[in-house]
Amino acid sequence: MTTVSKKTYLFVWLALLGFLALTWGLAEINLGPFNNVAALAISISKMALVVLVFMHGRWEKSLTWIFIAAGAIWFLIMVDLTLSDYLTRGDVTGVRTTWKHAEKNPPTLMPGRGDQK
Amino acid sequence: MADAHLALQEQFEEMPQQKEAATLGMWAFLATEVLFFGAMFMSYITYRTNYPHAFAEASHHTIVLFGTVNTAILLTSSFTMALAVNAARENNIKWLFRFLLITILLALAFLVVKGLEYSVDVKEHLWPGPHFKPELPPQAQIFWVLYWIMTGVHAVHVTVGVGLLSTMAWMTSRRKFSDAYYTPIEMSGLYWHFVDIIWIFLYPLLYLIQRYH
Amino acid sequence: MNTATETVEPLIEPRAVKNYLTEGRTLKSWLLTTDHKRIGVLYLISILFYFLVAAIAAALMRMELITPAGDMVTSETYNKLFTIHGTLMVWFFLIPSIPAVLGNFILPMMLGARDVAFPKLNLLSWYLFNIGGLLALYAVTFGGVDTGWTFYTPYSSTYSNSNVIMMAAGIFIAGFGTILTGLNFIVTTHKLRAPGLGWFRMPLFVWSMYSTSAIMILATPVLAMTLTLMGIERIWGVGVFDPKLGGDPILFQHLFWFYSHPAVYIMILPGMGVMSELITCFSRKPIFGYHFVAFSSVAIAVLGFLVWGHHMFTSGQSIYAGLVFSFLSYMVAVPSAIKVFNWTMTLHRGSISFATPMLYALGFVGLFTVGGLTGLFLAAVGLDVHVQDTYFVVAHFHYIMVGGMVTAFMGGLHYWWPKITGRMYPEKLGQLAALTMYLGFNLTFFPQFVLGYLGMPRRYHAYAPEFQIYNVMSSAGASILGVAYLLPLIYFLWSLKYGKKAPANPWKATGLEWQTTSPPPKHNFHETPIVDKPPYQYSAEETEAELLLNSNKETPYG
Repeated sequence: MTTVSKKTYLFVWLALLGFLALTWGLAEINLGPFNNVAALAISISKMALVVLVFMHGRWEKSLTWIFIAAGAIWFLIMVDLTLSDYLTRGDVTGVRTTWKHAEKNPPTLMPGRGDQK
Repeated sequence: MADAHLALQEQFEEMPQQKEAATLGMWAFLATEVLFFGAMFMSYITYRTNYPHAFAEASHHTIVLFGTVNTAILLTSSFTMALAVNAARENNIKWLFRFLLITILLALAFLVVKGLEYSVDVKEHLWPGPHFKPELPPQAQIFWVLYWIMTGVHAVHVTVGVGLLSTMAWMTSRRKFSDAYYTPIEMSGLYWHFVDIIWIFLYPLLYLIQRYH
Repeated sequence: MNTATETVEPLIEPRAVKNYLTEGRTLKSWLLTTDHKRIGVLYLISILFYFLVAAIAAALMRMELITPAGDMVTSETYNKLFTIHGTLMVWFFLIPSIPAVLGNFILPMMLGARDVAFPKLNLLSWYLFNIGGLLALYAVTFGGVDTGWTFYTPYSSTYSNSNVIMMAAGIFIAGFGTILTGLNFIVTTHKLRAPGLGWFRMPLFVWSMYSTSAIMILATPVLAMTLTLMGIERIWGVGVFDPKLGGDPILFQHLFWFYSHPAVYIMILPGMGVMSELITCFSRKPIFGYHFVAFSSVAIAVLGFLVWGHHMFTSGQSIYAGLVFSFLSYMVAVPSAIKVFNWTMTLHRGSISFATPMLYALGFVGLFTVGGLTGLFLAAVGLDVHVQDTYFVVAHFHYIMVGGMVTAFMGGLHYWWPKITGRMYPEKLGQLAALTMYLGFNLTFFPQFVLGYLGMPRRYHAYAPEFQIYNVMSSAGASILGVAYLLPLIYFLWSLKYGKKAPANPWKATGLEWQTTSPPPKHNFHETPIVDKPPYQYSAEETEAELLLNSNKETPYG
């Protein structure tokens, strides 16, 4: 059983609270599309700290890591292929070749229709 | 005094094998939970992609203070849970019990804050249906449906966690655990950290969409 | 390693000694058992019951379809019949069948283990399964459900007036039974293998069960949440699939099929595992290409998660996504094809005997191939536009599920029946039933390919008169199929009392489960076996030589 010192736990906890303050602070600033990126990155970092240290992930065998990774990867499969539908609608005749900002050209739920609210 | 030898179940040859099996089983279960919550996150992602404005507007009516306080509470409860497992490893049963208790209290605090927040949300007509806040666009109701369902399912998991940790605390008081055997404490810890991780993602998704002015 | 509870055996016939069936004869000892073998038997009894209810629904449907007019039942009733048939067959028969019955019984023994990793969770899974089943039966009996097994919104969430919530709750609960089974098998395979049993010495049945279990635990939770979201929309009146709010019913379909496509691999992979056991044993040859077959199980499990959109080509999904899913669907056919090639090459130059399990195995290979190839028809987006929601699809999946999976289940049940019960079934009747099933099955379902191609929609209780001849053939076949299923039910029950007592290894098969008595003792093995050989160490040449020498002697299987 690997030993993790109480000090390590304390530092991780403080780091987590720091990330919390950071994510709240950044949300108050307009960074455009980077708001989403930053929020996601910070959440992932917090998750990583909890998994690696609190859940002892760092000291687990590679078999355990396959299990940990499987959940994440399978969730991403669901997201990726479902979005492959939602991001390419409204374009019946072909594939959308340029990414247009969602605000200016919102994806429609009915294929073939123009803009809708 | 916990008797580790008696804790060995007959399908296993030795304790480390049993412990590894328990750990694998718990991580496999957590993977199922990722997919369980994942379907809700998928719904969220779909509609936020389609209706970014409506979602932003809808999320402005969440109460950031409550959300942030609750996040801090859960992060701290993860800390105390890790300390509880650590205490067990050090055969410090007194502190194992205390840290379990603190974790439970923090979890209950989370639920209390959530309950207060819910009552404010209802008063603000943020319960989807015929009496939903009329000034918000219809797609905002989708955000709020997801808010209630996602935080609701999460709160159910917190409640189950309270029950689980209370059981662990009770077993600790009956001297079932020692540094030779504390696997259920560890497994409960894994569950609890997972509940925390779900909230780590819920918080920015629900509370922090375009909070700038 | 001897367990402390085992007594020294007297030198008499093994069955007279305590075995898992005789140790504890009270109802309580069965209902509170944690013995994986007893749990397998409990599952067998349960799924038989749900199968019968679902089969009756099918019989009523086929009766209605003898005539073009909808004259036997109303369309509402017909909707309820096909929903009952679909939900019960999928969730309460096919998904548990091989995993919960044969997997529970045989997998730990194949690994040389005393039980699964979490025996109490195993028992819990059976209870969850039946609690779910009871809710489903309640829903079916008191009002019925008419949404189809696919529960598409907005009909299920808004407009249907049937017991949707009750049925969804039943499936939700049973789903957690499935998850527990999968979890158990995965951890058991990793942690409870006998000394010397490396991954590549395991029987291929274990590889299949492991892959199935991975799908079970990753896909089923999504179904649980999807049904919850649909149920919430139904109860609350608002939800995430509601077009009035800007919601998209297609999202339901994405979430539903994300589970339900891998679910069909949950249903077929165990059957493929059984095939590898049967074909090797009854051609007395090692499997051709062990590694390929093992890895193709894993490949099917993984790729199976990437293709769900092929159920939605005509739903309003984007065409780009349709193309992606179509391409991936062609990819997933490859590992299945690899298995069929390898089984065929195993048969080649084997010493083949036509015992009942082998008849089922041979039937499987042909019928599964037809089903699989017609899947490729459906995976082509252009062709799918024509045949989607017609009887072509119905025929396709019945070829796989019934021609494939049920056939494999029957084959496995016959193969391991001596091990489970300590009795032989009557071989001649077994062969007769297998042949009858094959003929009845083809008569039932082949005409449905023609029907679908000609344009008859599925889930209709009335149809254009020019389709009648095929429907009559199909219904006639269904009655033959019914007889073919009734026969084993009767002779299996008969064999429990009057069947010839089975030796430890009636088929002279390899595999650890055959190294212990029939039926096995409670803890499976008196001593933990040690494995030092690869699996399937059969020799066709030796068998031929032996048969030549012993041509006048009786073999265990007649």
